[in-house]
Amino acid sequence: MDVPDDLDLFARMCFLRHFEERADALYRQGLIHGPVHLGLGQEAVAVGAASVLRPGDYSLGTYRGHAHALARGAPPDAVLAELLGRAGGICGGKGGSMHITSVEHGYYGSYAIVGAHLPIAAGLAWAAKIKRTGQVTACFFGDGTTNIGAFHEAVNLAAVWRLPAVFVCENNWYMEYTPIGDVIPVPLPAADRAAAYGLDRIVVDGNDVAAVRQVVGAAVQMARDGHGPSLIEAQTYRLKGHSAADAAGYRPAEEVAQWRDRDPLLRARAGLTQAGTDPAKLDEIDTKTRSDVAELAREVLARPAPDPAAAWTDVWSDGSWQWRS
Amino acid sequence: MAQLSYRQAVAAALAQEMARDERVVLLGEDVASGGVFKTTAGLRERFGGDRVWNTPISEQAIAGAAMGAAMAGLRPVAEIMFADFYATCWDQVANEIAKVRYMTGGQLSMPLVLRGANGSGGLGFGSQHGQSIENWAMTVPGLKIVSPSGPAEAFGLLAGAIRDDDPVLVFEHKALYGRKEEIPDGGPVLPLGRAAVVREGTDVTLAGLSITVGICQAAADQLAQRGVMAEVLDLRTLVPLDAAAVLASVRRTGRLIVVEENPGQLGWGAAVAAIAAEEAFDDLAAPVTRVSGGNVPLPVAAALEAEVDVTADRVVAACQQVLAPRQPSGKR
Repeated sequence: MDVPDDLDLFARMCFLRHFEERADALYRQGLIHGPVHLGLGQEAVAVGAASVLRPGDYSLGTYRGHAHALARGAPPDAVLAELLGRAGGICGGKGGSMHITSVEHGYYGSYAIVGAHLPIAAGLAWAAKIKRTGQVTACFFGDGTTNIGAFHEAVNLAAVWRLPAVFVCENNWYMEYTPIGDVIPVPLPAADRAAAYGLDRIVVDGNDVAAVRQVVGAAVQMARDGHGPSLIEAQTYRLKGHSAADAAGYRPAEEVAQWRDRDPLLRARAGLTQAGTDPAKLDEIDTKTRSDVAELAREVLARPAPDPAAAWTDVWSDGSWQWRS
Repeated sequence: MAQLSYRQAVAAALAQEMARDERVVLLGEDVASGGVFKTTAGLRERFGGDRVWNTPISEQAIAGAAMGAAMAGLRPVAEIMFADFYATCWDQVANEIAKVRYMTGGQLSMPLVLRGANGSGGLGFGSQHGQSIENWAMTVPGLKIVSPSGPAEAFGLLAGAIRDDDPVLVFEHKALYGRKEEIPDGGPVLPLGRAAVVREGTDVTLAGLSITVGICQAAADQLAQRGVMAEVLDLRTLVPLDAAAVLASVRRTGRLIVVEENPGQLGWGAAVAAIAAEEAFDDLAAPVTRVSGGNVPLPVAAALEAEVDVTADRVVAACQQVLAPRQPSGKR
């Protein structure tokens, strides 16, 4: 596994930031067919966690999954083509923003039913345990997920079977439009549920990429060494609404302002400059990744729509769709 | 050859496929202890704890874990103890397992089997343990549906389902588990999507599935005594549906009665009937007719259950209607 330096991590987060901002703009221009859920502000979780996974490890995310796919190495042009419904989409145009998947890069899917992918993650980890491959499964989900049955069934199963899985709750403090505190009887959605499954209470600053690396890295190592699963609560904040269609007017302005000060990119920038990196170097990375994304969008927007015939493939393993003779 | 009960045929098919392919693993509630219907008896002892896994009472975790394992290259067989319990994991089945290949543009495969006890059969299991629910699954593109009518079919279709590279729901009928039959060792393994003519006839086609195949045969016996030769078709799988076999039979007999155990309101029989009405209209001498379970939740008391269950007498009565001389409708 390559060990990224802090500058690499900053660059990866910058790319995700510009990718999501571009996706937001494209949505507003009416160029994206269907809903889009942006990971703006949550880049440190995706980048930090992906940086401690090995090729061959599995990861899964929610409908807010662009960043997790890209962080594992999914080709950005294919992801953007999927969002834009153009040829060469990573799911062939059949998944869209909410189902970005790149099996080749270990990203086993984005799932749009809250909680659905936690049991699936347990299954991937179960297979790795049976086959003794040493692969670890990382599963990302939001704070709202901790109230659905699949969360409890999956974490319980993983704990009972001691599966090599790391469950990472990205607590952005809102289940869609409702503050998570309004719908849980404990202060923290994931951390305060861990004890029910015999797991440690783990909280990490999800806007600090180095902290995410350290905490998720330790959990991944534990899983790889056969010591079972972890449940991590990474505290973060989404800079925009639940979906691109949501202006998030339900959030107090002072709360948003506070979290803007804790933006993971500002944090990484401060850390790097403190450690002696020339701010001009960071500006250069910012500019470069922004123009890379702009160029990417130009290239993908020039592509044609996918062949409509593709709507009829990939139902069955032989490629067909017919259900009767 | 061995004399096997339906439940033993299920266990024999699992054992054969587990011995043949080490990627086949089992999970479910109590499966390591043989299962409440004894359909996994002896498998933990024979194949060990790495192949047969007891789960908590967590159907979402069971179905989801099977899905994840299938994505990772295993060929899991998950037991959903009673088919009614699919309601507790329907997201995993209908939204995830059925769709993940399509949604990912073919990046992921889903070679798994979900199996368990389905159906009423007059056993008094009531509204939450006695339903026939194949039709729930039939509304969802991406799921294959198998429903064996006897021990040989239970063996052959389960083995065929395990070898299939797509997700297959196998609905075993709990009232058939005790039925016995001679089955040749090792087979035959039955391909999905092939119906079987289990009794040839010329006057009317009775299309059944699972327990209603036996009901159709009993009805055909009664009809034969009255000189009516009924053809009985065992559909065996609903998806893929052997529509060609249905149409071919209807062309021979000119009449079709579809017999399903589930309530008739949008039961699978409606799909079969619609195909015959659309594609064999000119061959039909009478309207396509359905005999279905009552459109009520299932009652328990034997007298009430018998009132709504499908019986041979009801099939015979339906036959008499379609065989009666047609009255002119007045429309010309």
